[in-house]
Amino acid sequence: MSKNASNALGFVIALLGFIGLFMAPSYLSSYNLSLLGRFLSFGILAVGFSLIWGYTGILSLGQGVFFALGGYAMAMHLVLVQADGALPGFMARSFRPRITELPWWWQPFESAWFAFAMVLILPTLAAALLGILVFWRRISGVYFALITQALVLAFTTLIVSQQTYTNGFNGLSNFTTLLGFDLTSNSVRRGLYIATVAALLVAWLAAQWLARSHFGKLLVAIRDGENRTRFLGYNPTPYKVVVFAIAGLFAGLGGAFFVLHAGIISPADVGVKPSIEMAVWVAFGGRESITGSVLGMVLGRFLAEDISSRFPAIWPMLLGAVFILVGTVLPRGLTGLFERLAVLLTRSPSSLASSDSVQEPFVTPVTASANTPSEVSHD
Amino acid sequence: MLTDPVFVVNQVFNGLSLASILLLAAIGLALSFGLMRVINMAHGEMLMLGGVTAYVVQSSPVSQDISLWLALPAAFITTALLGALLEITIIRWLYGRPLDTLLATWGVSLLLQQAVVLWQPFGVSFVAPGWLSGAVSIDGGALSGVTLPYVRLFVIAVSGLVITALLLLLRYTRLGLYVRAVNQDRAIAASLGVNTRVIDVSVFALGTGIAGLAGAALATISPITGVIGSSYIVNAFLVVIVGGVGSIWGAVLAALSLGFFTSFFESFYSVSYARVIILVLVILFLQFRPRGFVVTRSRALES
Repeated sequence: MSKNASNALGFVIALLGFIGLFMAPSYLSSYNLSLLGRFLSFGILAVGFSLIWGYTGILSLGQGVFFALGGYAMAMHLVLVQADGALPGFMARSFRPRITELPWWWQPFESAWFAFAMVLILPTLAAALLGILVFWRRISGVYFALITQALVLAFTTLIVSQQTYTNGFNGLSNFTTLLGFDLTSNSVRRGLYIATVAALLVAWLAAQWLARSHFGKLLVAIRDGENRTRFLGYNPTPYKVVVFAIAGLFAGLGGAFFVLHAGIISPADVGVKPSIEMAVWVAFGGRESITGSVLGMVLGRFLAEDISSRFPAIWPMLLGAVFILVGTVLPRGLTGLFERLAVLLTRSPSSLASSDSVQEPFVTPVTASANTPSEVSHD
Repeated sequence: MLTDPVFVVNQVFNGLSLASILLLAAIGLALSFGLMRVINMAHGEMLMLGGVTAYVVQSSPVSQDISLWLALPAAFITTALLGALLEITIIRWLYGRPLDTLLATWGVSLLLQQAVVLWQPFGVSFVAPGWLSGAVSIDGGALSGVTLPYVRLFVIAVSGLVITALLLLLRYTRLGLYVRAVNQDRAIAASLGVNTRVIDVSVFALGTGIAGLAGAALATISPITGVIGSSYIVNAFLVVIVGGVGSIWGAVLAALSLGFFTSFFESFYSVSYARVIILVLVILFLQFRPRGFVVTRSRALES
């Protein structure tokens, strides 16, 4: 199978998958629908993760920060709606420091549209700022990964310590209304689910388009040889900053949908461990494929939900095994595995000649010798 | 507060104590990152297992006063062997793929953490021998009120001795010569007959062994839980980044700076603000010295 054919096949499979997702309300219970919506919220984050890691070669171990910025922006509005003009319960109960009126930076979140805007703006800006500071100094690879891990640790420690303003370790929860809609009613939950799938579809299409554009080609060039890209006259820094900001945007959007489905966001959802788990599920699905990354993430969230509740003692061990497996023998994930399988299954003399994804030592010399000057001189 | 000499001396001492643990935790990371360009995310668990080894030694029927002297070498040997095992089974397949190494070794760290958590859910503790209980207290004079616990002085001394021994080893032994050679130019060293595989495994094992030693020393100060490694490891990574690739002096300087800054910010503000300020300072520092304190100069394009 040629690369183009397998790409086209992947595209068709993904579109069929989206149709299946859109029709899920007709065959899933309301509870499972909400659960799937939660997993798909992480899928939106995975689209951006594939762009930065699979395409550009930037591993971030701190995507939880951007997920949290989007999620908390959404949750702050929902908490204020619930409080209905009064001070939110956890603020009124806090005593270090004791406050009697809403902090100034909470006040604009009374407006739903401000909150929606912040869901998009905050994570994008934060990612862009970090990207500028770090990529500008050509800090990349392992250094960047470790800095993002320090970032997510500092971020969650800060949230936990600011009990009065963030409800600390407990996070923000107990909200039921958005724009006058009752989030607990089945019809609203269905609508919310459809909106999540639509957002995932938009993110997925945008990423596919980006990946095929000139911009996408440069991302791959940066991944495969940052210095060579530089020598060709391109400055990699703005490309890296922009793609990192896009990944931040998708992460924040995912975080906002996560809050609406899960009804809670807390530091435990976004800390050091959840953040690095995001990376491993993307790699498990196949980071170089956007669709594969989303599938890996959704599958991973499903397994985490299912197995960790049934076998809490074994789950960390299994997770550790997945990390080791992905890191050592499956760096291209399930997508890579399927591609290799497809190549093996379709291997025949005729397909070998047209294939460009397999190396065939006995085909190349033949085509090469046909064009050599010595061959020409014999004629 | 900064004009109060007692406060300043206490904070400098706290900073030094923190820096000495950070340094022991980070030096192995710095050495193997310099040599092999991989970061071992399970390094914090080597610290934890060192502490666990100390506990196991103390649980055996040996006199409490000498248990510490047995625990330190036992922790070093156990974790060095584990490190060698980790290098041979997993890490050597990952050279040239540093980001995959992060994930794979994180998996190892999850396995080790969970194994110890299942075995000892509430952690283990090591009782420091009698001669280590107590403190240097200063009464009278401008420094009246300064207390320096013996256990913390002991950890600082261990750290100083280990670093001195390491510097001597790298400077005056054949192994050290080979390590420096591989560090400078792996291909040339190999072509001159240095067995780089042996050097890689030895340095990796030495690094994890020192982390284990740090864990045993740490056990005299605080209880060892399955997840204690994670509370030191992120700062240890920052030490490697700030110190510069593969430099011992860089790591010493970075550990001291991070230790002192952390200790002072924690006393002025809080633990959480200290983390944020430290991270901001590290990112700002990298604006001026993106390759850390000590830069290894090289003509190679890709480092």
